[in-house]
Amino acid sequence: MSEKEQESGKAGRRGFIGASIAGLATLALAPGVRLIEIGNARPADEAASSTHRWGMLIDTNKCAKGCNACATACNLENGLVQTGRPRTDAQWIRKVELRDKRTGATQQMPLMCQHCEHPPCVDVCPTGASFKRADGIVLVDRHICIGCRYCMMACPYKARSFVHEPLTEQKPDVPRGKGCVESCTLCVHRVDRGETPACVEACAAEGHKALLFGDLKDANSEIAKRLKTEASTELRANLQLNTGVRYQGI
Amino acid sequence: MSARIVRMGLAALLVAAAAAATAADAGRTPRPAIVVEQGEKCVAPAEEMRREHMNMLKHHRDRTVHEGIRTTQHSLKGCVDCHASKKNGAVIGTSEHFCQGCHEYASVKLDCWECHTPKARNDGKVASGNKP
Repeated sequence: MSEKEQESGKAGRRGFIGASIAGLATLALAPGVRLIEIGNARPADEAASSTHRWGMLIDTNKCAKGCNACATACNLENGLVQTGRPRTDAQWIRKVELRDKRTGATQQMPLMCQHCEHPPCVDVCPTGASFKRADGIVLVDRHICIGCRYCMMACPYKARSFVHEPLTEQKPDVPRGKGCVESCTLCVHRVDRGETPACVEACAAEGHKALLFGDLKDANSEIAKRLKTEASTELRANLQLNTGVRYQGI
Repeated sequence: MSARIVRMGLAALLVAAAAAATAADAGRTPRPAIVVEQGEKCVAPAEEMRREHMNMLKHHRDRTVHEGIRTTQHSLKGCVDCHASKKNGAVIGTSEHFCQGCHEYASVKLDCWECHTPKARNDGKVASGNKP
């Protein structure tokens, strides 16, 4: 560890912390099995590239009834305050309960922007504000958004929200304001730092680990390995959107 | 003939403008009373910043939003952290505040703070959420 510390001393604090965690994780577990999947943060001056595609695998069997940790963490991370008027409050991730009408059995799952490869919101946006970043994250450029809400109508997952009221006290990393459409960003500001989205972190902290975040294009990532060996499905697969978020157990 | 009159008029205006500029140097024109509390120098000389800061921010915002480039040189968060007033931790509020003071003086509408927080990220005490 001391060698590692000296090496990364020049690379700044974040590099040092990342290196120490990586060192710890490698030490703690068997080779190839890491405690924490370190998303290698790219340098700040490097553009997001299509060599990555960020995605999520959600195991509905692990998603606990009554638990809302993912949504709470999302609201906290992105500064979404619930005003008690749910029809107009912003909602980037929500818990959905599926109920089999015959058997009465229920299932839980979180639902958010599915970060499609072929996003309908991007297709319909008249100004180019809805766009897909090179690494597959679907975003709204609020500088360009005119608030027409066409994307909200186009999204088959009802993943987007419109900001109806003037806001104050936004988070520095998550600027948001009245008159724009917004949705899950996969916590892009965290992903760019090499971290995982807030919902994933919160789910793991609750001990459920229903959400797994990672690079779909990296064959060695846990998510790619699991997607290769375990069955999973897209929501509304018939639309052939190739979503970045996939589900198990539904 | 009339064109010449117009031209002469313009020349007279230019002379008047030059005289006004000289007067400003002499302290007869009110200046924005902004208070700069910290930071020895900005990312570029003050003259360049006055003219170009909006272009720098616009260029950087596009690179950040669309490409995920998060360098700190021309980041709005960096501006706020350095230029926030120590009184309320923000760059707007009164005519003495860094952004507001100058923009009021120049009568240029300031849009950034409708979405971006005008508050500095001091010791993680940035407030969260919106007030309805």
